[in-house]
Amino acid sequence: MRDISIEFPGVKALSNVDFQVESGKVYALVGANGAGKSTLMKVMAGAYDHYTGSIYFNGEEVSIRTPRDAKNLGIEIVYQEVDTALVPYLTVAENIMLNVLVNKMDKKVFVRWPQIHKAARQILSRLNIELDTNTIVDELKLAQKQMVLIARAIAEDCRFLILDEPTAPLSNTETDELFRLVRDLVKNHQVGVVFISHRLPEVFEICEDITIMKDGKVVTNQTLEGLTVNKVVEHMLGQKLSETFPKRHVHLGDVLLEVNNLTEEEGLVHHANMNVRAGEIVGIAGLVGAGKTEFCKTLFGALKTIDGEVVLKGKKLKVTSPYSAVTQGLALVPEERRREGVLVEEPVYSNLSSATLSKFSTPLGFIKAAAERLNAKKVITDLGIKTPHDAQKVAFLSGGNQQKVAVGKWLIADADIYIFDEPTKGVDVGAKHDIFELIGRLAEQGKGVIYASCEFTEILGITDRTYVMYDGTIVQELETKNITEEQLLFYSTGGK
Amino acid sequence: MQVSIPAKTKKAKFGTQSMNFVTKWGSVLAIFIIFAFFSLRMPDIFLTTSNMISILRSISIVTVIAIGITVSLTVDGFDLSVGSMATFADTLVISMFVWHSLPTLPAILVTLAVALLVGAFNAFLIVKVRIPDMLVTLSGLFIFEGVAMTYAGGGSISQGMPRLDGTPTFGVIPPFFKLIGSAPYIIIIMVIVVALVHIFLNYTKYGRYMYVVGGNKEAARLSGIPVERYRALAYLLSATLATIGGIMLASRIGSAQINAGAGYLMPAVAAAFIGLSVAGAGRPNAIGTFAGAVLVGLLENGLVMMSVPYYSMNIVKGSVLILALALTYFKKK
Ligand SMILES: Nc1ncnc2c1ncn2[C@@H]1O[C@H](COP(=O)(O)OP(=O)(O)OP(=O)(O)O)[C@@H](O)[C@H]1O
Ligand SMILES: [Mg+2]
Repeated sequence: MRDISIEFPGVKALSNVDFQVESGKVYALVGANGAGKSTLMKVMAGAYDHYTGSIYFNGEEVSIRTPRDAKNLGIEIVYQEVDTALVPYLTVAENIMLNVLVNKMDKKVFVRWPQIHKAARQILSRLNIELDTNTIVDELKLAQKQMVLIARAIAEDCRFLILDEPTAPLSNTETDELFRLVRDLVKNHQVGVVFISHRLPEVFEICEDITIMKDGKVVTNQTLEGLTVNKVVEHMLGQKLSETFPKRHVHLGDVLLEVNNLTEEEGLVHHANMNVRAGEIVGIAGLVGAGKTEFCKTLFGALKTIDGEVVLKGKKLKVTSPYSAVTQGLALVPEERRREGVLVEEPVYSNLSSATLSKFSTPLGFIKAAAERLNAKKVITDLGIKTPHDAQKVAFLSGGNQQKVAVGKWLIADADIYIFDEPTKGVDVGAKHDIFELIGRLAEQGKGVIYASCEFTEILGITDRTYVMYDGTIVQELETKNITEEQLLFYSTGGK
Repeated sequence: MQVSIPAKTKKAKFGTQSMNFVTKWGSVLAIFIIFAFFSLRMPDIFLTTSNMISILRSISIVTVIAIGITVSLTVDGFDLSVGSMATFADTLVISMFVWHSLPTLPAILVTLAVALLVGAFNAFLIVKVRIPDMLVTLSGLFIFEGVAMTYAGGGSISQGMPRLDGTPTFGVIPPFFKLIGSAPYIIIIMVIVVALVHIFLNYTKYGRYMYVVGGNKEAARLSGIPVERYRALAYLLSATLATIGGIMLASRIGSAQINAGAGYLMPAVAAAFIGLSVAGAGRPNAIGTFAGAVLVGLLENGLVMMSVPYYSMNIVKGSVLILALALTYFKKK
């Protein structure tokens, strides 16, 4: 790809970018949120037709203006926004075989379902995944949806595979499976792979070459050998990042929140006990599927509690819905931003006020527009959300910046307890630092923070105390300063 | 290649810009074109003050009902029962006068109260029983129509007409009530309704919540917005607006006719959908709906004046509508 440029209203997303991929190699594409990684890959996959520049394939100039063009050249892509690429009310098999169903039917009229399901199962087993192909995709967890998309991409023989932040929702085991598959494709099938990720250690694990982007331009293009994580970060952000985890010294107060024997209706969470003190950041560690998200949602009233009690500041809470949770002082930053966290069709400023609108309205309910916009501008600078202006539709922000909006809308809530469910998913290292700092500030104000994550480095980096979840319940309580990642992993996999 | 592409994009850019303009203002453009067309064809009968007033008067009922639909659209719902609601309100308010000799204000209040009950019934089925909105309001379309007719005893109600069982009636329709449906007042009511709903949707947090619910229910729920409450509110409001439309209708025709409101459903739906795209709003809004109603009303008025036979009129109406919508939706990827 040579001299690629593309513009959106108010944004120059790519300017004169050169990029190349050879078959049989894994390329890393990294850069801060909004650097233009996804856009570049979308150009390559034929999702846009209004770019300038030229694309060569085997030395010949080709025209890629539609997804069809790209597919004909053997280019497959796994998009970053999982939910935009899946059909929620169809089954796993139908979603995996979508391209085949659409393109490879030729003159056939009737679909042979048994065959479709069989093919889908075979692909899933190549990925080492257990999943019933009859399940409706809407019911899957984010990680499973991601695997379905990956399965779709490899359903057809491809020559180039683009993976746009595929590992963001995955845990280590699933990531390992994915890498195993990628290595196999590269070695035995001569596929060229482009891998986008904000987890730099992964990049070093699987890639050979790296392209670093910043503000729509390529900063450097080299082999990974000889580079270090710090050097990459420096290229990405244009400056050194001294420390990922800001230090804070907070005097812990009394116990704010106490959770006793919390049990969810379908048993997704059962007999969970924990507490949070004022000014404390408490981690919930566990692998994907351990029930962290379910725990957070049950606490927040988004899932139904059938047993147990939640006591906040000595008062027993009656949480029946997220609405009642908010009125009683809880706030949750949910995991699936696209579906649960942001309103993609609305402007940034109204997203940022959507959880706290009462703060920006008069007693009669009229909105104080100026105050709302002022707040939006503040959050945008605080979190470094990259957007041309505060009235931009959230759908047009890059993935990581959407995540920042989902986090940002809760930061100004007057809650006592803040629950974060994987808030740094898909967020670049610089922004992670900012988010941690804001979480730290909440703790300094004497709030209680619950931080659920499957990234153990983050748990070790910012929490005071950690609970480990396994199989829907809390199995272990640990003082963070005394533990190591190995120990966390040990307890997370059911060790006793 | 590299040389030729920038030139192409430049052209494309100009193309997209003008295309954007058309998409944004397509329906408004259509209003001007239709207006100009009729004015040129019939300068001395179409382009008169009295005709302009008569157009505004004729669209006022459609507008109010369409605003009801608009409100239901904001929460990503769709109230199809507004036409029948209007019939029902028409029957009810006239019967209050003719059968029960109530004065204007109590009659209207009783009608509105009943309307709220009906709206609550819709809301209950949608929000609590969880039947999809379209199906509930489609059933409502039949039920309310049937209820109105049964209540009226299968016929119409007007002043001095005995009830179906032969009981004579003595109530009269107060002159004050008749005022509501006459020229400046009915238009003023419409303007007030449009303005109030516009303010409600755009400048209050309740309106914002409704758009949020319509935009993404799950995100709204997890933002701590009581989603079901706002969906219910939307249906209560749409029922109320339809009832106001029905009361205006009753005052205008001075009697209760079988299915009087049914004819307003389709123009109102059209107005609300045209309204979606006016000024590039991209979402249901009161001002847009008003523009939609003007478009539909102009067309109707002009065609009648050109003495297009009533049986062919729908062809023209439908086609122009499609054209206006094509202008707005074309190339909206
Ligand atoms: N359809 C669009 N309309 C307007 N702006 C867009 C559109 N798509 C992308 N952008 C803008 O282009 C820039 C690059 O976005 P892109 O999605 O490529 O970033 P990214 O490098 O993938 O970031 P992330 O790590 O957050 O996924 C961003 O500033 C984004 O706001
Ligand atoms: Mg991206």
